[in-house]
Amino acid sequence: MDTLVTNTPLFTMFLIFISAAFTDNILLARFLGMCSILGVSNRMDTSFGLGAAVVFVTAVTSMINYVVYNYILVPLGLEYLKLITFIIIIAATVQLIEMVIERVSETLYYSLGIFLPLITVNCAILGVSLFMLNKPYNFIDTAIYGTGGGVGWFIAIMIIGGIREKMDESKLPPGLAGPAITLIIIGIIALAFTGFSGMIKI
Amino acid sequence: MAETPGQVFIKDVWNDNPVFRQVLGICSSLAVTNLLMNTLFMCGGVIFTLIMSNFTISLLRNYIPKRIRMIVQVLIIASYVMVVDIVIKAFNPDIYRFIGPYVGLIITNCIIMGRAEAFASRNTPVISMVDGAASGVGYSLILIAIALVREPMGFGTLAGVVLPAREIWWHQWTIMVMPPGAFFMLGIITWFARSRTESSGGRA
Repeated sequence: MDTLVTNTPLFTMFLIFISAAFTDNILLARFLGMCSILGVSNRMDTSFGLGAAVVFVTAVTSMINYVVYNYILVPLGLEYLKLITFIIIIAATVQLIEMVIERVSETLYYSLGIFLPLITVNCAILGVSLFMLNKPYNFIDTAIYGTGGGVGWFIAIMIIGGIREKMDESKLPPGLAGPAITLIIIGIIALAFTGFSGMIKI
Repeated sequence: MAETPGQVFIKDVWNDNPVFRQVLGICSSLAVTNLLMNTLFMCGGVIFTLIMSNFTISLLRNYIPKRIRMIVQVLIIASYVMVVDIVIKAFNPDIYRFIGPYVGLIITNCIIMGRAEAFASRNTPVISMVDGAASGVGYSLILIAIALVREPMGFGTLAGVVLPAREIWWHQWTIMVMPPGAFFMLGIITWFARSRTESSGGRA
């Protein structure tokens, strides 16, 4: 690649976003957020609602967690408290977002609100915050990484939701119907996504 | 509920198996199963957390106010996961490098919240510990089964020991240690186990 282009900060941000959303897809490469995928992904519209909520919450919580970890926990030498701190921050943020949405927009609350409690225990959110610690990112990179991770999850659940909706009518052997076939579909999509790997090295 | 510990154990390990029957806790079951050693450490962590959190939540079940019980349960679980995290980091830093983030994710492993909510919050401490142990064992069995297929097929090794077939005729299927292999394996195991339990009348 051309070094002139790759060295600009804007391009680095673009790379972080693409790698978080595609090559390092939080669902297909990191296996996170499976429980909600299996439970919710049987229709496109619910997939869209949950996906949108996850993008939003991942972006917000990864930023808050970055600040809290680097400016409160690290100076005090309390890194080992990170798990408890992160989960409390995520739960509190979700609660806060739910209250704000309820006040601001009635329609948004009815389409998104029911998914918010599900999100607290969605491992994708906590996962993004934990993986971010292993990477040498600054605040802006973290925000982009969080958003990218959420977008990756959104893309994956939309694809799976679409396929499952189409498959509703098909006849399957009794044991295969439900989670088993969904897992195999996810496997095939993951196979397609491994085509992206190796494209970007950060 | 007047079930003996033995009945609870059998029910949780097979009939109500957390992975293929209730479809809980899949996230971590996929990520760590490409090497048997990682899998065993992860299973140990999950079983410990399940037993201890079920025990604690059951002890406190009459003192936790209903409205905030979710957050209290998450906090109890998180403190035990912290213990697991520190112990693995101290005793086996090499493995911790691979499974570190996934150890933290035991907190959001749905099995643990699920058992706390469905069993520990309304049963006595001792039987809750049995329930926790059984759910953990049921989860571990599936994980180990997946790892037993993925590691030999993908790396040609088992728990780090090179199998003879690798030198003679086996070409490693890299796909098995990559994410798609995990999804396929879990899908096939779920299919197999569900068709078994369904034909024997164990319909949930």
